[in-house]
Amino acid sequence: MNFLNKNLAESLFRLRMVENEISKRYSYQEMRCPVHLSIGQEAVAVGVCNNLEIEDQVYSTHRCHSHYLAKGGNLQSMISEIYGKKSGCCGGRGGSMHLMDISVGMMLSLPIVASVIPIAVGAAMSKKINKSKTVVVVFFGDAAVEEGVFHESANFASLHNLPILFVCENNRYSCFTDLSERQPSEDLTRLAKSHNIESIKMNGNDVIKVYNQSQKIIKKIKNSSKPFFLQLDTYRYVEHCGPDNDDHLNYRNKNEVKKWLNDDPIENFLKYLKKRKQYDKKKIEVIKNKIAIQIKKSFEFAKNDKFPEVSSLRKNVYAQ
Amino acid sequence: MTSFLKFLRYEKMFMPSKKRIISASQAILEATDQFMKKDGNLVIIGEGINDPKGIFGTTSNLSKKYSKNRVIESPISENGITGIAIGLAINNFKVLLIHQRVEFALLSVEQIFNNAAKSFYVTNGIHKVPLVIRMVIGRGWGQGPAHSQSLETVFSYIPGLKVLIPSSAYDAKGMLISALQDPNPVLIIEHRWFHYVTGNVPKKIYQSDITKPKIISKGKDITVVTSSYNVYEIIFCSEILKKFNINLEIIDLRVLRPLNTKPIIQSVKKTRKLIVFETGNKIYGIGAEIVASILEKYHNVFDSPPSRIGLPDSPTPSTRGLAKVYYPNSIDIMKVIIKKLNLNVEVKKKIINLLKSKLPSHEIDVPNPKFKGPF
Repeated sequence: MNFLNKNLAESLFRLRMVENEISKRYSYQEMRCPVHLSIGQEAVAVGVCNNLEIEDQVYSTHRCHSHYLAKGGNLQSMISEIYGKKSGCCGGRGGSMHLMDISVGMMLSLPIVASVIPIAVGAAMSKKINKSKTVVVVFFGDAAVEEGVFHESANFASLHNLPILFVCENNRYSCFTDLSERQPSEDLTRLAKSHNIESIKMNGNDVIKVYNQSQKIIKKIKNSSKPFFLQLDTYRYVEHCGPDNDDHLNYRNKNEVKKWLNDDPIENFLKYLKKRKQYDKKKIEVIKNKIAIQIKKSFEFAKNDKFPEVSSLRKNVYAQ
Repeated sequence: MTSFLKFLRYEKMFMPSKKRIISASQAILEATDQFMKKDGNLVIIGEGINDPKGIFGTTSNLSKKYSKNRVIESPISENGITGIAIGLAINNFKVLLIHQRVEFALLSVEQIFNNAAKSFYVTNGIHKVPLVIRMVIGRGWGQGPAHSQSLETVFSYIPGLKVLIPSSAYDAKGMLISALQDPNPVLIIEHRWFHYVTGNVPKKIYQSDITKPKIISKGKDITVVTSSYNVYEIIFCSEILKKFNINLEIIDLRVLRPLNTKPIIQSVKKTRKLIVFETGNKIYGIGAEIVASILEKYHNVFDSPPSRIGLPDSPTPSTRGLAKVYYPNSIDIMKVIIKKLNLNVEVKKKIINLLKSKLPSHEIDVPNPKFKGPF
């Protein structure tokens, strides 16, 4: 396995295994906040974020675990945050939907749909004013393009030539509502085009393709200081919010579910490795074991971590 | 007129020395310009800031002095530019965002309430949001139901925001400078008519205190808490009452959030009477908050029930035919004041008659010409 493939493998497995562990332990009712898991959508975050430097910034949404981990966010701080504990990345004040780790450029996650998009555009404006050769990436779901503020932000980014990559992570469903009930076409790049923003729509479950394509795009953004819109089609395996599969509710077509399960980002990647004769079962096992140990440690830490002091309730309402 | 101005000594409260009389809008422009020059990380953004009229003249010619990246004429995207301002602010810039009317800011309430106000708290002290938002409230020229509301208490409800409401040209500049120095999101509520008020404004950069109200006139008889343009209505009444040896203690509220009631409580302990006269709605208003917070701790302090004067419980009508009963006028206010005092009917009549004789004959939809200053 070459260096890149090893990185991608580590990233993909970390995301999948962390989310599976949250899913497994959620029923113990110690993680007492809503969780929006990224299982099935890993290639989007991994493919894009593996092209980023620490100085490049990422902004995310309620479904932020994958972006946080792919950008290198500290696992222990993430799990503590979901447990509502003192050592969490927000000291327990944000929970699962507010993950951030500015030491690695994971700047902010916000739960209101599209709310983070203009903030990322403002960050890109700061890059432009500072003449910084870094890029801002903002991840959002398919429903975010239905919010007016997406269009306000896209227009501004286009008008001012800002170095920002809009990644529309299309998992087809806004909670239970399918894209076809919300949009006249599945091609969301048409919305970017209307703002004079260059765009591509592609399968988001092929990590190699996502990696290669976003590498080109990010280079281009850094050189031209112009925004780009990348639609990555993907699928979530579990419910919109919560740890379980909810396909017994029959809001998703069975054939559609089957099709996407056969297009699994991790299986796709392993197939790719095998085809390239890069697959090394032992190395993969070593990677997975290492991750499993980190996960176990992080959950143990979070469980034993303290809650924030009650006296800190009104701390940091205002900055001094 | 001259005698009226003679007894208005408002400016003495601020800077008695060398006087330079300019309007509040000129003071705001000067503060912005001086801060832009001083701090290369200040960006201003708003709809119409590069217009020939420059938001009551408060942004005129700034685009000629500073780069396009720092004076940003905005698309009509209130929520978007508020988020953009927050994005700049958490990346080490300061932003001054300007709305010509408070109603435009309603489109950005999601960003203000969820992100500007909470980021520092939610991130446990990591993301500071040094953002100043100027919003224009208030009445005039038939602006009507969606162009002249006074929604300052709506914003005052949210922890994490600071809400300022200046009344003088001196504070127009000083409070803006203080807000721009502040590491928090600060909203400055400007009454439309306040922009024309004139007063002494020093040339240098200076800060006004933004932590508490200010007693602008000492008196023993009634505590009157008010703010913004209404300060001048109360000064007007107060000067008439002085002729009858009645002295109001006038408190300019200045800072709606964080609310500091200490100076008000101290004053009420002395006068034992309280009137709150606000620019916004009486119901759920700042008066309700002030009266309740005093009563909770000092229920015996009053010798008569505290009074609130504010806008009636209806939307703002456009027509001056209804505006005249919508906005409390000097006579309405005077009636509330004298009702609190043990005066005989004759004296009450004299007071009202004197007040009427001093009232200029102006329409309800334009500012009282006597309130222009200098103060």
